[in-house]
Amino acid sequence: MQKKVLKGLSLLLMLSGLLMFISCASTDVQSTPDAPKAQLAADTTASDAGDQDAAKRALEEDAIRKEQEAAKNAFISEDVYFDYDSSTLTSSAQAVLQAKAGWLRNNPDAAIVIEGHCDERGTTEYNLALGDRRANSAKTFLVDMGIPASSFKTVSYGEEMPVDPGKTEDAFAKNRRAHFTIE
Amino acid sequence: MTIFFNQDRLVIRLFLWVVLLLIFFASDSIAGYDYIDINNPYIKKIPIAVPLFKEMNGSMDEQTKAREASVLLSDTLEFTGYFKMIDHGAFLEHPEKQGISETAINFKNWTVIGAELLITGGLSMSGNNITMEMRLFDTFKARRLLGKKYTGGVSDQRIMIRKFCNDVMYLLTGSHGFFNSKIAFVSNSTGKKEIYISDFDGYNPRQITKSNSISLSPAWSTDGNWLAYTSYARGKPDLYIKNLKENRGCVVAKEGVNITPAWVPGQFALAATLSFSGDPEIYMLTGDGKVIKRVTRNWGIDVSPSFSPDGRKMAFVSKRSGNPQIYSKDLSSEQEKRLTFQGKNNTTPSWSPKGDKIVYSSMEDGQFNVCMIGADGGEPKQLTSSAGDNESPTWSPDGSLIAFCSTREGVSRIYVMTSYGTEQRRLFSMPGEQTNPKWSSNNMGN
Repeated sequence: MQKKVLKGLSLLLMLSGLLMFISCASTDVQSTPDAPKAQLAADTTASDAGDQDAAKRALEEDAIRKEQEAAKNAFISEDVYFDYDSSTLTSSAQAVLQAKAGWLRNNPDAAIVIEGHCDERGTTEYNLALGDRRANSAKTFLVDMGIPASSFKTVSYGEEMPVDPGKTEDAFAKNRRAHFTIE
Repeated sequence: MTIFFNQDRLVIRLFLWVVLLLIFFASDSIAGYDYIDINNPYIKKIPIAVPLFKEMNGSMDEQTKAREASVLLSDTLEFTGYFKMIDHGAFLEHPEKQGISETAINFKNWTVIGAELLITGGLSMSGNNITMEMRLFDTFKARRLLGKKYTGGVSDQRIMIRKFCNDVMYLLTGSHGFFNSKIAFVSNSTGKKEIYISDFDGYNPRQITKSNSISLSPAWSTDGNWLAYTSYARGKPDLYIKNLKENRGCVVAKEGVNITPAWVPGQFALAATLSFSGDPEIYMLTGDGKVIKRVTRNWGIDVSPSFSPDGRKMAFVSKRSGNPQIYSKDLSSEQEKRLTFQGKNNTTPSWSPKGDKIVYSSMEDGQFNVCMIGADGGEPKQLTSSAGDNESPTWSPDGSLIAFCSTREGVSRIYVMTSYGTEQRRLFSMPGEQTNPKWSSNNMGN
């Protein structure tokens, strides 16, 4: 009789266990639909982390691009200045050209136009020739630094395109220049 | 004295439809006058009276044209710098009323007011044609020196008057003057520098280039048919050689600059500075733009050629001594000679039509002035002073006048002076700035 009770109890336990299992299972089953959500959430977290990397990369790229842009702008905006009636490169002119050579090495495909300009003193005709000499001085320096001559075209504008139309020494100094543009 | 016409009738073509009848009045006194001392004609100007023209029929139109004619004749002669025009208020008699031929003139009335020469004129109109007759008198000798009659269209009045002036100048100086010449120049009136051409006196300026870029340095061929100039029409300074009458020409567009053209006198060839070798050097080119040979061989700038009238020598600017100076080169012996030694910036030489002088722009104390030096060098003479920058001198074809550009009134304009530097005056006024004048030969026709 005791055995029967035990069997019954154990059966009950088993049943309850089964029930518990079932209930647990049912809980599990009930919770299953949430799993993709969790997964999604997890995924979201993971992609957030990836986005951060990408953003970082983008920022870096942007920084690089900005740096390149700045380098390009500096390449274009920094003029090479000359003394009055001279096409000789001063030490500061050479420093500017060295920086330009650096940029040109990183940008071997760039097609460059070097413009030669003069201040308004001197006759139009002579200044056309002087502007030519200035553009060629800058070109020769860069070619000597290993930049292929085929990268360059030169155009003399003589005194025709001053950056500063003033009649002061300051204005004249700004106008005596070799200016770089990218085609 | 009576007028009798010699029957030599010369038919001269002006425009296709215009015929001028030149009737030479008899005169035994054409040759042998030296009214104008060509060694310095401007010290003593010849006092001349140019009274109003007589209207032969008396219509209103005729009256207007007659007035125009006497003013134009007076202005044209005065332009030469040789004459002192006597004020009309001083006149004691009036040929426009009393008559324009010898018989009607009391020469004492002219000598007493100081007139050594007198020109009378008559004008008649019929339909669209005008006839003008003009007579030049020596008042002291009471003698007619010249008499001409012209017939043509109303619009040819200016041409007729210039023809007469041409003959007056030839009679008085032995040279044909410059009344058939033109001046090319650069103006930025449109906002861009373009080439223009006007008559010698600045009349009727018209735009020649329409490149909408930068055009510079016009240069005339001797026959006046060709104009060479530099233009940035293709983005860089190229040399354009253009026929002014027909729509043809060529472009010299070598690498570097293609600038400062100058035609060899009497030839279809020109010199110009090209820098395709890496250095601005002067080359000789055919009128078709082909390089014949290199003329200068010197590292550094060589620019702005100008030929002696016989074409044997060439003046130019070189920087070989460290700054721009004027040199000359004998083209057969290849000998070169430095001409200027004063100042550190001597440029744009222009060789005189007589061959003995070279004018150029010289900078001293930051200002440019027009200077003149012997064709073999010597002491330079400054022709302009204390009046802005004075640059780009160019000779009239007879060598009596020099045109140049000056900033004396602020913006650059074109001026004329005698070859002695006297009588500096503005040639004309138009919007913008005018630079780079180049005077043509006197064979421009009309």
